[in-house]
Amino acid sequence: MKDKASQPVIEARGLNLVFQTADGPVQALKDVNLTINQGDFVSFIGPSGCGKTTFLRAIAALEHPTSGTLTVNGMPPDEARRRRAYGYVFQAAGLYPWRTIAGNIRLPLEIMGFSRAEQDERTARVLDLVELTGFGKKFPWQLSGGMQQRASIARALAFDADILLMDEPFGALDEIVRDRLNEEVLKLWARTGKTIGFVTHSIPEAVYLSTKIVVMSPRPGRITDVIDSPLPKERPLDIRDSREFIEIAHRVREGLRAGHHDD
Amino acid sequence: MNRALPVLTVLTGIVVIWYAAAVWMNAAWVFDQAQRAGQEVTWAEVIPQTMDQPRPLLPPPHQVGAELWKGLFDQAVTSKRSLVYHGIVTLKGTMMGFGLGIVVGVLLAMAIVRFRVMDLSVMPWAIISQTVPIVALAPMIITVSSQLGLSGRDVPKAVIAAYLSFFPVLVSMVKGLRSPDQMQLDLLKTYGAGEAATFLKLRLPASMPYFFASLKVAVAASLVGTIVGELPTGAIEGLGARMLIGSQFGEPLIMWAALFAAAILAGLLILVVGMVERLARRRMGVPA
Repeated sequence: MKDKASQPVIEARGLNLVFQTADGPVQALKDVNLTINQGDFVSFIGPSGCGKTTFLRAIAALEHPTSGTLTVNGMPPDEARRRRAYGYVFQAAGLYPWRTIAGNIRLPLEIMGFSRAEQDERTARVLDLVELTGFGKKFPWQLSGGMQQRASIARALAFDADILLMDEPFGALDEIVRDRLNEEVLKLWARTGKTIGFVTHSIPEAVYLSTKIVVMSPRPGRITDVIDSPLPKERPLDIRDSREFIEIAHRVREGLRAGHHDD
Repeated sequence: MNRALPVLTVLTGIVVIWYAAAVWMNAAWVFDQAQRAGQEVTWAEVIPQTMDQPRPLLPPPHQVGAELWKGLFDQAVTSKRSLVYHGIVTLKGTMMGFGLGIVVGVLLAMAIVRFRVMDLSVMPWAIISQTVPIVALAPMIITVSSQLGLSGRDVPKAVIAAYLSFFPVLVSMVKGLRSPDQMQLDLLKTYGAGEAATFLKLRLPASMPYFFASLKVAVAASLVGTIVGELPTGAIEGLGARMLIGSQFGEPLIMWAALFAAAILAGLLILVVGMVERLARRRMGVPA
């Protein structure tokens, strides 16, 4: 029996995805092979157009591959979605302005038919998890951008999905807030043991957060390098000044540059 | 006070222009009378005589005000001369048409947003419907409804009012129901939300600001439609009928008083809609 921590939860084999656009077909993903294990923190990094978001959306069944196989928890993504396999965090918090923070977190729970008591219990728990206890009754406009994004993470956590998919969740935030939220995401990951897929533009962010870094390049979107990070699970912010950190960052940068030589 | 000042300034301007116009338009009659009597009149004598003619071309504000007061407060509200009585008749028609217009507008908008076929087929006709002058259509609607054996004026009036008021609701609701962006729709997809949930949890609440904006236009349009519905001969009740009587029997004061009663009614309706909107906005967490 294999250790639970090394079981594959997401597997892509020979994955291709072609968009039909007005200017003809665009190959968004070409021959993508990747295995993500239970409990991994995987970052997807690459320039725009490299298909990192498309891949994340394919995992979430928001896009459908043209060929190849993609399984989530051993089943097709559509099936996994029906079983609430993942929570998705978008680049913008996307909270409903007409709902309070608690009301926003309750949204998926209402749709999934949780009882009122359980909705309240879960809302309180995830608010605590993202350190927003006491803000449940506020409306989104009363919160800062960083707090809104934390609320949207809480919303994605509320229904206990095993996989958390985050598409440049902190892209619109400033560096200082982003640092803080990165620390919090790591804490959250340590506490919940979830598998996290994280799309980013930022090399330091990718290296700081991930156990596995997937470097991608555009036209056609493909994986150029997969780096298993040797950094320990405990990561204080100043780990970013360590030699290992800088070496990984260097390798990521090289991977990105290599991808660019191709076109 | 800061808000009242501009309004009062404009109001004063209107009253001044109105008085000047009343003097100018009603003077002709005074000169005419004087000439027939073989008298010479000076402007100093003419002006007072333009202010209280029984059948002025243009009644000055105070005459209209007095007639309005008489119509509103000096009669039993059940009297056929009471503007309150006629106002209530018109209000009833307006509310029926308004309600019908909202229902039709919202249902059509839902169908248009849901079915592409409806978007292609219904929307152009909805737009064309508004290019037909309602005064041309109103008598036809009344004739048809009496052919169908509907006694009374309530139904045709409501239909005419709804004909005008459904359109702003429809256009705004189509825009409002389509206002959620792709990200918000994707989010619901990741929850496995069905169409009903997407509609109730996202599209409908997102459309509310558009809905309330359209209501103010719709309620005014509905009032206009009701009055137009009261105009064709045979109508004996309602502010529209009152205006027609005033015009046909050469009683300008009656006509003007009815006109202002209609304006007051419109103002009250918009005020009420505005209050409902504010309540709804507060419930939906819009910053005050």
